[in-house]
Formats: sequence, structure tokens, C-alpha cells
Amino acid sequence: MKFDIFVIPFLLGLNFLLIYIIVRFTKWILSLNTEEKCKLRKYIFSFSLFKSLKEINQEVLLHRKIFKTNPLLGYMHMSLALGWFLLILVGNLQVKFFSPDPFNPPHYPIFLKFFEPNPPSYPFDKAFNFIMDLALLIVLSGAFLAWIKRFNSSLFGMKHPTVHSRGDKLALTALWFIFPLRLFAEGLSAAIYNNGSFLTNTMGHFFGSILPAEKLIYPAWWAYSLVLGTFFLALPFSRYMHIPVEPLLIIFRNAGITAKRKISTFAQIEINACSRCGICIDKCQLSSANNVRNIQPSYFLRNLRHHINDFDVIQNCLMCGRCNAACPVGIDSTEIRLAKRIEHNGYNPFKYDYLPSINPYRTDVLYFAGCMTHLTPSVKKSMTEILDMSGISWEFLDKDGTICCGRPLLLAGQLESARVLIDKNTASIKASGSKTLVTSCPICYKAFKEEYNLDIEIMHHSQFLLRLIEEKKISLKKSNRTVVYHDPCELGRNSGIFTEPRQVINYSAHLLKTDYENEKGLCCGGSLGNIPITNFQRKKIASEAIEKMGISKAEALITGCPLCKKTFAEVSDKPVMDISQLVACNLIKPKIEETKKATKKVMEDGAYSRS
Amino acid sequence: MPEWGYKININNQIDLDFNDKKYLQKLIESEPSVKSCFACGTCSGVCSAGNFTQLSLRKIIALVSRSEIQDLSKELSKCMLCGKCTLVCPRGVNTRNFILSARKLLNDIEIAK
Amino acid sequence: MPKKKIAVIGGGIAGMEAAGQLAAMGLEVSLLEKGNILGGHVANWHHLFPDGKLAKEIIAQLKSGVQDKVDIHFGAEVYKLQKSNNYFTLNLTDGQNIEADAILVATGFDLFDASKKEEYGYSIYDNVLTSADLEEKFNSGKVLKTSNGAIPHKIAFIHCVGSRDEKVGNTYCSKVCCITAVKQAIEVKKIIPEVEVYCFYMDLRFFDRYFEDTYFEAQTKYGIQFIRGRLSEASEDMNGAIILKAEDTLIGKPLKLTVDMVVLMVGKVSSTGTQELSKRLSIQLDEDRFIKTLDSHTLFNFSNKEGIFVAGTCTGPKTITETIADARSAAMQAASYLRNNSFSENNSK
Repeated sequence: MKFDIFVIPFLLGLNFLLIYIIVRFTKWILSLNTEEKCKLRKYIFSFSLFKSLKEINQEVLLHRKIFKTNPLLGYMHMSLALGWFLLILVGNLQVKFFSPDPFNPPHYPIFLKFFEPNPPSYPFDKAFNFIMDLALLIVLSGAFLAWIKRFNSSLFGMKHPTVHSRGDKLALTALWFIFPLRLFAEGLSAAIYNNGSFLTNTMGHFFGSILPAEKLIYPAWWAYSLVLGTFFLALPFSRYMHIPVEPLLIIFRNAGITAKRKISTFAQIEINACSRCGICIDKCQLSSANNVRNIQPSYFLRNLRHHINDFDVIQNCLMCGRCNAACPVGIDSTEIRLAKRIEHNGYNPFKYDYLPSINPYRTDVLYFAGCMTHLTPSVKKSMTEILDMSGISWEFLDKDGTICCGRPLLLAGQLESARVLIDKNTASIKASGSKTLVTSCPICYKAFKEEYNLDIEIMHHSQFLLRLIEEKKISLKKSNRTVVYHDPCELGRNSGIFTEPRQVINYSAHLLKTDYENEKGLCCGGSLGNIPITNFQRKKIASEAIEKMGISKAEALITGCPLCKKTFAEVSDKPVMDISQLVACNLIKPKIEETKKATKKVMEDGAYSRS
Repeated sequence: MPEWGYKININNQIDLDFNDKKYLQKLIESEPSVKSCFACGTCSGVCSAGNFTQLSLRKIIALVSRSEIQDLSKELSKCMLCGKCTLVCPRGVNTRNFILSARKLLNDIEIAK
Repeated sequence: MPKKKIAVIGGGIAGMEAAGQLAAMGLEVSLLEKGNILGGHVANWHHLFPDGKLAKEIIAQLKSGVQDKVDIHFGAEVYKLQKSNNYFTLNLTDGQNIEADAILVATGFDLFDASKKEEYGYSIYDNVLTSADLEEKFNSGKVLKTSNGAIPHKIAFIHCVGSRDEKVGNTYCSKVCCITAVKQAIEVKKIIPEVEVYCFYMDLRFFDRYFEDTYFEAQTKYGIQFIRGRLSEASEDMNGAIILKAEDTLIGKPLKLTVDMVVLMVGKVSSTGTQELSKRLSIQLDEDRFIKTLDSHTLFNFSNKEGIFVAGTCTGPKTITETIADARSAAMQAASYLRNNSFSENNSK
């Protein structure tokens, strides 16, 4: 008889969970639009699917990304996932080898030691028992570590783990009890029947010596079933929904489906895939510098799951992307935040009909300084000097005033208003007939690349300067100056430009390394993405960033963004320079320039005889 | 009330007794830093939109603090939210949040009507 | 009874005046100056406000109070200080060690580094100077010329650079910049009568005697234009002239002006010397990094440490008159302390 009433809680829970998952997944798949459905269909029936399976294995089971954050934390997550997966997989395999029936009820492998406490020999029986015990030990070690983490999270590299909701705490407790109870039940079984392996037999002897095994075993199985049932019932409404959803997310993402600035199906999947592991909290500089701990994706996505629209949480985010870079599930929470902002703020678009049509001269290269660059005249002056010296034909598009690129409006959620500015700027860029658009501001760069429909080449000035150097249109002398480079969020992490600025700097000075390079770059705090932040909070973020980067050995801090430059200059003891400034300082100027400068000096000093 | 023989043109003066301060109070709640504005005009001077049209945030803040909010919606709609004003304000007024909150409150009033 | 000894740290006008007064009261005074000359910042100034008196006359007067009456150390910074029993031992960088029964800190101020306000173009555009640079030009006696060697037709003075500005971390008012701006504007007009002078201000602070009269004179006799609007941006044209952008707040419109020279009225900040010394001596600083006195109304010469007195601009921006008065007061308090070996009445720990 492969049934007993104690399995009912388990079965109820499992069936509920499976039905819930099937219904939810089906709803999601059906709610995709035609384009997305097409992408998905093409993907599933291609060989690329294997790549997804590999990724699922690497992230969902092995938690490779978490290992990179902290090895102990990685092991904790991995042991729970992999151990449990092995228990289920190997358990089912074991039953295949053992039982002659091809079809077994789902609870049979789980409670095998109850239904077949004293089986006759079957192929690999000792090996199976061993593996099952090993898998159980792995999971138990994970659960033990998870329990320790509650008291000492810094052992796991986490200063501020997630503060869980009551529902999550209930599911968590159920989960933690599952494996000890399994061990208890199987241990008692081993005490009576000696049917276990290294772990269950040992525990069995121990239990048997102090407890009345025969009396306790049946309640133990009941307890195990109840806890499993409770967990399955709670799962769809808790953080553990990430277990079934994460694989789905990986497949959808690799199929090329994105959130597209709306709380679309994909966004919904992402929201449900968040395990609230809390790794994003420590990465967030609003937490480390300002002790703001209610806005990180762990909490933001939880709010969305529960349909809570906390406007403050939505607006109070630097949009720097550090959380995305660290997320083990690969959720793009900044896109979701943007979608919520558009939902909230995207009313009543503005016409900006006062904007003139700018008719620039026809030219090869168009230089767009950007709004912020007008507040860092050293950048404008440096770029003007460099571009003039390079001999190329260029025009300064926003010399007398910038029509904003539109990204600040977008970051505030005013998508339609941003469109008006985008159209205006597109018209003047097209009118210039230029083939290359160079901008000094990474925010503008990202806007041009992602929001504008321009067929021309779009470059950040660091990329263009590298080209000028490599094409020998300008030449630099390398100084002995030691510098540190700061990756601006919008240029580095959010646009993927890491190497060109460093190459340009290497032509002019000695670049020192920091612990916060490339994707690990720190935000300066000046972000236009955060609307309610105060200047005091920004300064704290900037000071903390400078301290962490460690610029004491360098003579200057180099950055590629006028906003970062201004923000750091307020708190830095060392000079803060832009890449273009560094290049301009180190330009090798032709002889004519040198004589011009010398003549000027003579005019200043001489002829002061008359007062 | 004695007859003076002439009427003061009521529309030409800021009547602080009469003006409804509810909007101002809500706005200050959303962005309290605006209380510290001392009307230096740096915001208006750096304004990106100010290069192309008449937009003076200093004037807007001054008018709002006197609860003179007619035409406020039209004025605020000119702002491109570029953030230069926030970056230069010597009193640390969060001008960007002020503008967004002001717009939102006006929008809410419109919807309520 | 042996003479009581006091060490005055800082050879600016506060240090000089206090040292002179203390010596006149019969104490043994050591005056420690980290530079090579006495007089501090005032030694770099030409004519003083509001009456145009020459700074070097004041310095000469103060020097006569200390020359041969006070033990002056040049190139001497305090790198170590110990207090044992009731006296201090100071180790100086000039190689000497001195003992003192009390210390008077008069380490003064620094001027705000104008290159921190990048949008004003200091050290980026050649024709942007600070008020200190301009004063140096007055002192040198050379003709006032732009970087191209031409006589300027238009000059702008920008008030409140580095003061009343949360963005650079100095929210306080430096007090004397407004009157200095008007003084320098008038001086420029005297040197080049045809030049047009503009002052860009947020508020005008003419708080002391004859300051308002100077303002009146600037407007009426010299035709200096005052524009109420804080400078927003400065850019450069092809010829090196500076294009200024501000809002004329009294009119309510944006304003553009091209000038040949811009003078930034830089504010006063707590000097690095003050901050370093205070750290070493555990003297309490206030939020604005100036030394915190025990009470700003009545105990403004007392630091939080017994036996350490403070005078001059190390406790906050002051005019010369205020500095000298403060130094005299500090000298009196210190002498009283040393006579009784305790604080005078009205003290608190």
C-alpha cells in the first residue's frame, strides 16, 4: 500500500503548489504579446536553450554569482538548493531502481523509508542510501548556516540582511524545519530498522538510545509531512516563489524578452523571481552612507508583489545599477523602478513649444556638451582646445545653451515629455549632417544611444579622444602624475564603457588601481535618478566613495562625467579632473602655439613703465 | 468702511490676508528645503530652459510662497528637469523635487476638479 | 617672583597686538610665526576700508609694539605640545623648545580656494582673479591690465564666493567681502576712471561705521553698478573676455554681461594651521571649522582648554578693528589668568 493518511498534508500542499505554478506560468505565457511569443517560440526550439539550462544549473543550483559575493554565503545558498534538488532527483531515481512499478505516487520517494523501511537488496542500494544521506547532510549544513546567519550575518559578508515580513518568516521557519524533521523521521526509522547510511544510522542510534523510537516515529512522519505541506502552501505567496520562477526568468531573458518600461509580463516574472536574499542592500550606497534601508530591490520588489505603491521608495533610488550588478538572479530592478515612475509621473506631457529649431553648420563631428558640462567649464575649454588642435571639422551644438537630452525627464518618469526634447534635438543633429556625435556627459550619451533614433555614430568624449590619439590627430606626452579613475555609473555600469577612458588616461598619466573598478564602480551621489535625496546625503555618499576608492596615493581623481566631477570636487582634498582636462594638459602642441604663448607673456610683464 | 473716494485695484496687489495657503502648505510638506530659499537667482541664471524662454525658478518660488499660484502650471511646464539648478543652489534647496511636487499637486487639483 | 611666560602662536595682526599688549603688561612673550614675516594677511593689503588707510602703517604700528620686546620665532610651527603640572612645553620646527604658562592661539584664516567654484572659471580663464590677486596688483603698483595686456573697459566683482554656499561647505557669511568689494571697486575706478564696474551680489552687508557711506560714494561719485543676482556661469569668448550669466532678480529677467576682468570676492575659511593645531591641542572646533569659544557674548577669548586663549580670525571672520580689539581682550584675559593662575570671574570649565 503506497498510501497513508499522514501524507495528505504533503499532497495537499504539493498539488496546490503545482496547480498554482501551472496556472500562473500559463497566464504569463498567454499574456505575452505576439512579438514576445514569437521570440520565445523561436528560442525554445533552438540549441540556445541548452545555454539557458546551463545557466539555470549555474545560478539556480550552484549559485555561482553568490559565491563571488562571499564564499560562505554562496555555499549556504548552494547547499540548500543543490542538496534539496539531489534529494528529490536521487530519491526518484532510487525508487526507479528499487520498485518494479513504473508509476509511483509523488509522496512515495519522499517518504520511502516509511513505506519500505526494510527493503530487500536492489542494485546500488548502499550507494543510493549514501548519496541520500550526503544530500541530506548538505542541506542540513545549509540550514544550519542560515540559522547562524540570523545572529551573525557579517560572517557571510552581509552587514544588513533583509528584514523579512511576517509571511516570509513563517515560510522560512517551515523550510528550516523540513530537513531536521526528515532527519528525525529517517533517523528514528534507522533506529528501528537500521535502514540508513552514515548519517541516518548514526543519528538513529543516538535517537534510539534516548527516545522511544517506536512511539515517536509515526508522529515524526506526520510532522515532516505537515511542515512540507505548510511550506508548499506558503511558497507562492512568499520569497520562495523564486524557486520555480527563476528558471522561467532565465529562459525568457535569454529569449530576448525585456520589461520594456512597463510592469509587463516580464517585469512581473522578475518581481516574482526575487528571493529577497538581501545582497542588494549592502551594495546600495544609500544604505552604507545614509542608513536608508527601505528602498533597495529586496523591499521595492516585495512592495510590488503585494501591490503596495510607496511613492517614496520608487523615487528614492540613485538608479546607479549597483544592485543589478550584484543580483544573483539577474533582475534589472532599475528598469522596473523606471516603469513605476513612468506609471506614476507620466501624466500630462509638456509641449516645450518655446524651443527653437537649431540650425547648426554642416559638419563632420558634432559636439554636444550637455547641460551639466556648462557648469564645468574646464571640460568645455579642454574639448574645444583638443578638437581645434585635431584639425577635424567640428561644431559645438549647444554652445549657447543646451536643449536637455531628455534623460533627466525620463528618469523622473516623464517619458512623453522627454520625447518632445528628443525630437527637437534629433532634428538639429540631423540638420548638421554630421556622421559622429560626441558628448561629454554620460547621461546624454546613454540617452542618445537608447532613446534617440540616430543613424550616426554616438561616442562619449573618452572614446573619441582615444580615436584621435590612435589616429595620431593629437599626440600626448605622458606625465609622471599618478591618478585614480572613477567609473561614472552612466558611462561604466550602465553603458559598458570601461576600457576607453582607461586607455586614454594611460597615454597621459600613471593609472592606479582601486577595489571599485568597472562594474564594481561606486556612485558619486550626484545622480539625477534620485529625486528626494538631500544635498547632505549626496555629500555623504561622495565622501564615502572617495574613502573607499582610496585616492591618498594618487595626485588626482579622474572621472568622465561633469556631474561626478562637480559632486566629488565638493568633498575631495585632491583635485578632481575630467579625462578631457588630463588630455588637454598633456597635449604636445606644435611650435607655433608655443611662440604665441611666449609673446603673450612678454606683453604682460613688459611695458609697465607708465602707471 | 469709510468712503475714500477712490478704489484700490485689488487685482494689482498681493493680498496675503486673502490668498489661500493650502497649496503652499502641501508643497512645503513635500519639499521642506524650499523654505530656506533666499532668492539669490542662481537657479534662474543657470536654467537650461531660461536660455530659450522666460523661466525664473526664483520668481516661481517667491510667488508660490506668497500663494500667488495663477499661471503656475504654465510656468512649471517649461522646465526640462535638467537638474542644473539643484546642483548650484547655495542653500541646498532640492529644486528638482520642488518642481516635480509642485507639478504633481497641481495635477491632483486638476483631476479633483 | 619670576615673570610669567606666554606663547602666542601666529604672527598676524592679532598675534602681534596681543603679544605687544602682553609684553607691555610685563609678561615674557614668545611670538611664533610659521612664515618669514609678521603681519599675516594684512601684510598683503594695500588700502584698508573704510578710510583708505595704508595697511603697512598698521603693521608698522603693531611691529613697534613687539620689536625687541617680544621673543619672535620665524619658521616656527608647533609640532608637539605637552602640558605637565601647570605649564606647557612646545616643540617647534625651528629646532627650539619653549615653555609657557599659557598659550594664545592667533592662527588666523585662509582665503577660500576659488577654483572649487569651477563654474566661475578661476584658474581656467585667465581674466578671472580673486580679491587677493587684485590687492596684490594694487600693491605692486603695476598698471591694471588683462591677460592680453589691454586696459580693461569693464570689470565685475562677484560677492559671496565660497561664503553662504552649502555646496562648498561654508554656509556662514564672511562679513568683510562686501565692503572689500566696494573698496576695491572704488580703487579700480580711481586707477582707471573710464572703466565700468559692476558688483554682483545676493545681499549687501554694510554693517559697520562708514560702510554705508562708502556704498553711497560708490554709487554716486563713482557710478558703480550694483546688480542683485548671484553669478550663475562664466564662459570665455575668443578674446579672453568673460561672459557672465546671472538673473537680475530685481528686474526678474536673465542678464548677460561681457567683462574684461572678473574679481571673485573669496570668503574666509578656518586656516589649515588652525585646524591642524586644534587637532593637536584637542581644541574644540565649531561646525564651520573655526575655533569654538566658551561663550560668544562674554568668553570669546577662551577655548575649551584651560590656559589656551584664542584671538583673531581663528574664531571667525572679523574686520581689522574687531581683530585688534579681540587681541587686546585676549591679552587682558590671559594676563589676568596668569596673575591669579586661574580663570577670571564669569568663567566656566
